[in-house]
Amino acid sequence: MKNTTKGLVIVAVILAIVPFVSPNSYYTDLAIRMAINATIVLGLNLLIGFAGQISLGHAGFLGIGAYASAVLPTHFGWHPLLAMGAGAAVTAVLAGLVARPIFKLKGHYLAMATLGLGIIINIALRNEAQWTGGPDGMPVPAMSLFGFELSGDKHWYWVVAALLLVSIWASLNLIDSPFGRALRALHGSEVASQVVGVDIVRYKVAIFVLSAVFASLMGSVTAHYIGFVSPNFADFFHSIELVTMVVVGGMASVFGSLVGAVLLTALPQALATFEGWETVVFGAILMGFMIFLPKGIVPTIAARFGKGE
Amino acid sequence: MALLEVKDLSIHFGGVKAVQNVNFSVDSGIVYSVIGPNGAGKTTLFNLITGVYKPTTGEIRLDGEAVHGKSPNELARRGMARTFQNLQICMNMSAVENVMVGAHLRLDRNLVKAALRFPALRKRDAEMRNEAAGLMRFVGLDKFADARADSMPYGALKRLEIARALAMKPRLIFLDEPAAGLNPKETIEVDHLVRKVADSGVTVVLVEHDMKMVMNLSDRILVLDYGKKLAEGTGEEVRRNPDVIAAYLGAHA
Repeated sequence: MKNTTKGLVIVAVILAIVPFVSPNSYYTDLAIRMAINATIVLGLNLLIGFAGQISLGHAGFLGIGAYASAVLPTHFGWHPLLAMGAGAAVTAVLAGLVARPIFKLKGHYLAMATLGLGIIINIALRNEAQWTGGPDGMPVPAMSLFGFELSGDKHWYWVVAALLLVSIWASLNLIDSPFGRALRALHGSEVASQVVGVDIVRYKVAIFVLSAVFASLMGSVTAHYIGFVSPNFADFFHSIELVTMVVVGGMASVFGSLVGAVLLTALPQALATFEGWETVVFGAILMGFMIFLPKGIVPTIAARFGKGE
Repeated sequence: MALLEVKDLSIHFGGVKAVQNVNFSVDSGIVYSVIGPNGAGKTTLFNLITGVYKPTTGEIRLDGEAVHGKSPNELARRGMARTFQNLQICMNMSAVENVMVGAHLRLDRNLVKAALRFPALRKRDAEMRNEAAGLMRFVGLDKFADARADSMPYGALKRLEIARALAMKPRLIFLDEPAAGLNPKETIEVDHLVRKVADSGVTVVLVEHDMKMVMNLSDRILVLDYGKKLAEGTGEEVRRNPDVIAAYLGAHA
């Protein structure tokens, strides 16, 4: 069996066991949020780790999805699934429109442009109070699938676990395909990928849109699960958290995305005793990784044991 | 009609005229070399023809079609391949994947089919992996079949670039100093490799400093100096040309 298949099976087994060993709903809730973050980080890692492009505005896309799921069913009576799809579609169009000019930029400029985009979305959500509840946020109607209402940890756990597993499988497939190789090639050498026929701007736009849609869909899921949205969903600090998960787990590593998301979702819980200082500890850990383990956890371990993913 | 025609090609970078009014044509099936002292504009000429730079003035025709100003990926679709003087290998990928990237345009690049693991796409990809391994054997990289690109020595990476270019199944391949930085034994091997490539029916345009290799391989030679065409002809004609001798030996004519 290939290493990646083994990894997929191991994750599936862990996901199947968790609800039975979880002592109470606090831990189930934590597991759900880990799985949601892991799915978003998978998409973001395709952009950052594999294609070598940065986005500091991904929480903005998450916010669009979350608010689509809150606003459209509440104010217009849309079905939650339709609202979720609409959020993803708006995200795709917005990401696609801004991506072309953004990807003419490189390095710091690209980071600044995506940062600005995220902040604009956040401001819009705060200011359109008649629709979004402004800084106070708003409640989100329950999600129902085929007449069956999703409520409580147990339901949501299986939904997000299934989404995560499918996302891992799809990401692994994508990376090992002509599309995925083109993405990695433009990361490795833009000019070399161009001369073999890769339309690099098109590929950058495609992966940016795909990862933004991932974030939007998971934003919708989060909104329904928590039952409430606030502008913090689209906060700049949330974008940074997501990027940190990519870096800590390991750039260009599918399983690294999982490890990063799991660790950094658990971390604020573990740091709760440092009331008010969590952000500082969080920052210190990020700096530590940048200096001592720049490749991230999973790729470093994989290199130590002499085998790739 | 010539496969490649270059007419009055020029590019200026600010006040620097890196290539000035260069004319030449390359017939199908030959080995055509471009030589000249360092800074003569050889690599700039390659960058112009392969679309990395846009010419200030002039025309480039491939099979009669005007292709100047087209982007490198559009030229790749028309069967143009190249290697780089300063290596452009994707160090984040394995050796065989680097070669497979060369076949980008020959494969199904659909995102959805890839993510959902469509059997036809997987099958074609597996075939391509075998073909890429075959190309690595062709360029003499058998022992690096499972290697990561960043673990390979310089000389091997030079050949890996050639294998990647061949994976495009090009009509025309531009080799930018394939023997630069290689030891004499490796140079001879590359010499044989270029011959094999040419014999397989691919038209070769070569930039190279190793004169023995150039004279050995070339059907025709273009000599550049200070961005201008100094001479053009067969190896024998070029070797006897007094301007060429002056440029290379620094003699005053």
